[in-house]
Parts: sequence; C-alpha cells; structure tokens
Amino acid sequence: MNELKKYLGIVWIALGPLAMVFMAWQAWDKISIAKPGIDTTNTALQWGIILLIFIPIAIGLVIFGKYALAGEYDKLPESSEEI
Amino acid sequence: MNQPNQQNSIFKVIGASSLGTLIEWYDFYIFGSLATIIGAQLFPADAGASALINTLAIFAAGFIVRPFGALVFGRLGDLIGRKYTFLLTLVLMGGSTFLIGLIPSYSSIGYAAPILVLILRLVQGLALGGEYGGAATYVAEHAPKGKRGFFTSWIQTTATLGLFLSLGIIVLAKNIIGAEAFADWGWRIPFLLSIVLVGVSIYIRLKMHESPMFTKLKTEGNISKNPLKESFNKKGNFKMVLIALFGATMGQGVIWYTGQFYAQSFIENTCKIDFNDSRYILLWGIAFATPFFVIFGAWSDKVGRKWIMLTGMLLGIIFYRPIYQTFLDKSDVTTWTDKNILKEEAPVVTRFAINDVDSIVSSSVKVSFANGSSYNKVNIDTVYANPTKMIGHAQVIKDKVLPTSTFWVYVGLVFFQILLVTMVYGPIAAFLVELFPTKIRYTSMSLPYHVGNGVFGGLVPFVATLIASFAGSTPLSGLWYPIGIAALSFIIGAVYLSNKADENVND
Repeated sequence: MNELKKYLGIVWIALGPLAMVFMAWQAWDKISIAKPGIDTTNTALQWGIILLIFIPIAIGLVIFGKYALAGEYDKLPESSEEI
Repeated sequence: MNQPNQQNSIFKVIGASSLGTLIEWYDFYIFGSLATIIGAQLFPADAGASALINTLAIFAAGFIVRPFGALVFGRLGDLIGRKYTFLLTLVLMGGSTFLIGLIPSYSSIGYAAPILVLILRLVQGLALGGEYGGAATYVAEHAPKGKRGFFTSWIQTTATLGLFLSLGIIVLAKNIIGAEAFADWGWRIPFLLSIVLVGVSIYIRLKMHESPMFTKLKTEGNISKNPLKESFNKKGNFKMVLIALFGATMGQGVIWYTGQFYAQSFIENTCKIDFNDSRYILLWGIAFATPFFVIFGAWSDKVGRKWIMLTGMLLGIIFYRPIYQTFLDKSDVTTWTDKNILKEEAPVVTRFAINDVDSIVSSSVKVSFANGSSYNKVNIDTVYANPTKMIGHAQVIKDKVLPTSTFWVYVGLVFFQILLVTMVYGPIAAFLVELFPTKIRYTSMSLPYHVGNGVFGGLVPFVATLIASFAGSTPLSGLWYPIGIAALSFIIGAVYLSNKADENVND
C-alpha cells in the first residue's frame, strides 16, 4: 500500500498543473466568445475569481503529491503529539 | 457532575450550537432561493449590470469570502475561544440577513440597493465561514469518548434543515399571501424573520460556557500564539489539512450540493416541473433522510468514519447518471399513463415585438388530467412581415404537475441522494475534529471544510453549465463534474485515509 501511495503521488503532482492549464484554457475560450462589453467583463470576472481560488488549490494538490511521494503518508499520526 | 446532569448539559450544548448553526444556514440559503426576486426588486433592469452584481454576490461570497471567513474566525476561535467567536458569526449573519430584508428597492435608491446587497452578502459569506468550525469543535470538545460522531451529527443535520426551513418558509409565505404580493414585498418576510430566530439563538448561546478543552488550554497557557502559522506552515499539520481536503471534504462537498441543490435545479429547470412541486419533492426527500445524519454519525463511532463517507461517494459515482436519466424519462409527458384530459383551458396569447414589423407570438395552454397532473403547453412562433422568411416555431412543455405515482418516484430518488449526503456528511465533523490538535483545531478544520463545500461543492451548478456548453453534450453531461470530483476524492480517501479514530481529542 505504501508503494501505491508513493506512485500515486506522481499522479497528483501532474494533476495540479494539468487542471490549471485546462481551467486557463476554458477561461480564455469563454471570455473570447463572450459578447463585447459588459458580458465580456462579467465572464472575465467569473473566471478571474475561479482561477484565483483554484491556483492555491492546484498548488495544494502538487504539495500533497510531493508529500505522498516522500512517504509522508505511509503512517498517519494517531495522536496530536505525533503532528 | 452526576450522570443525568451531565447528559442534560451535553444536550443543552448540542441544542444551543445546532440551533444557531441551523439559523446561519437558513440565512445563507434564503438569499439563494430568492435570488430571482431579489434581482428583480433590488438590481437594475439592465441585464448586463445585474448579471455583474449577481456574479460578485454569488462567486465572491461563496468562493473567496467563505474560505477567508474560515481563516479569520478560525484564528479568532483558537485565540479567544469557541463560544465568543461563534456568537460573533451569528450576530454578523443575523444582522446582515435582517438588513437585506430592509433594503429599499432599486427604483427608490438606485445603485445603492445592489451595492448594499452585495456588501451584506459578503458579510454573510464571511460569517458562514466562521460558524461551522466553531459549532462542530464546540460540540466535539464536550462529547465523551466514543460518542463524538453521534453528538456532532446533530450539527451535521443543520445545513440540510436550514435548507428545509428556508424552502418551507418561502413556500408557506408565498401560499399565504399569494405569488404577486410575495414577489412585490412578501420576499422580505423570510429575511426579517431571521432577526427573531437569531435573537433567540444568541440568548441561548450567551448562557453557554466555553469549551472545557479550550478553557484547560487557556488556564495552562498553552493557547497557540499564531494558529495560522501552526496550521499551514508546519508540515505535520499541513499534510493533514491537505488529506482532509482532497480525501474527504472535496468529495463530500460535491455529493452534498448535487443531492440537494443540483437535484432541485435539474428537476425545475431541465425537467420543467412546477415551482411548488419541485420544492415539495425536495422537502419530502429531506424530511425522510434527515434522521440518517444521526444514524450514520452514531454508527461511525462504532465502525469508523472513513468507509461510511467513502461508500456515500462511491454510490453517488455509480448511481447519479441512472437517477437523473430517470428524472428525465419520467418528466416526458408522453409517457404519462393517464390520457383522460379533464380540461384544456383557452390559450393565453402574448405578442412581443422584435422590431417594428416582426414579432414573437407565444400561446400557452394549460392541460389538466383526471389524476390531478397538468402541464402548460407553450407554442412560440416568430412571425416575420416578409412572407419569404420562414415562421420559426418551438414548443415547450413546462410547469408540469406530476402524476402522484411519478411524484413519489421523484421523492424516492431525491431521498436516496440525500441519504448519500447523510453518509458523507454525518460523520465528517467528528472526522475533522479528530485530525487536529485542540489549540489549532478551529483554524485547521475550517479551511478544508469550506474549500471542499464552498468551492468544490458551490461550483457544481457553474461547472455543470460549463460542461453542458461543450459540443455534443447532453442534459446529463453536467454530472461528470460531481462524479469526477467524487471519484478523485474516493481514490485519495481510500488509499491515504485511516479508519482509526483519534480516541483522545483532549490534546
């Protein structure tokens, strides 16, 4: 199981940037097809907020993957003293 | 303290905490449920400007301010105590909700109206971000060993009951004063009513004592000096925050929002079921499923939290598409067995001018059946003055009142989805509490909870609509978002989470 945890870490490391690229591509696509004027501003605002909140989450997923790869989750703490 | 007194005291703790949290959820949901009416009353008629303010109100409040509130109030709760922090969130939430009910219309005060709505909505988001962690921590820190899941599960019922209360009061007020008066001024009733509920809750909470574990920490001088730094800058704790988010709250958030909000929106907007019928379906589903929060919470004390939560996610992954396909199939009026038309009312014809010569003609006919079901058949024709142009024609069947047997099939399917919500949500407060030490518990558990629910869960309607815009999409395509996120969370949870609960949270 610990081997699986480590190998999956690589998947999480890759998934973070991939998710961000997909989101950024979608943002670009949706903003570019919005009607000029307030519609474009509105779409840009929506996607701006989503990207703003998802960048730290994607970074978090990469860090999670890094921890998994380093074996940090091989044994979870069983009490607060171990944290 | 003897046994009955102790028992009495813990139920007071649960009651006081749950009531306040329920009211906070009620306050947060009435805005969402009445967004269309609020938009018409308080926002400019210009669709573009209105959409912009709406975006800020929905996106900023849910996705930025809510996790931010988790950090602000979580830190405060770990520094000054749980009791005063969740009292403050209650005052902020109740006050802002009450004030939304008092805002004059856009026609009276112009742009000040939507700006005030926006500010108050942001305060609501901030308060909500701080409330849940406080209530869950407060109850868990009073709960005896082996009963933490059972006691905190009462807090877990509040989000669903808050939705139930908001829907119930809206439907009740609308039925009593009539749809027209409700749209004109009656929508303010649920907002104004909040002050009474909050007043009672504040009174009860003021009488409560601080959490015993926090009091002990404070007496010993062991309170965290910088909860944010200790929560997110210390690897040992931060890795638990990450596992809580990706292995539990992320999947739980999408299951929660799909089972309750997406289901209602799909039934009303995609299946075109009547406004009241779609709400009654949800109300029945919630009423039948709510006890299971407590059942699964209590069961998790015996068998562990992990597999109950993950089973809820797995069942959602497997059954969402068949459930929503059934919703679609059963809403097709050609499949309704009763062909005995009781009454076909005279068509109501409306004409809208597109320009000086062309127009859109809408003709609506209400068809009622002997078994009580009915629908509105709306024919829409685009009529051009130029005879060489084709007349555009479209037919929409809407406002469907379902035959009784179909209605209960819908209730059953919504019940099943909320049952999954109870599986993932019932044990999660105890699960989160047990992951983190007392001195940074409020901060550490609040952030993954609100990112999982506010961001991943709150994005369900937006991403579902986004997926529906892709080429070749079907009405069910939007479900790939909750299915995908729940699957990811299930894999992470199954591989990385431990089923062993931390027996001692007094550390």
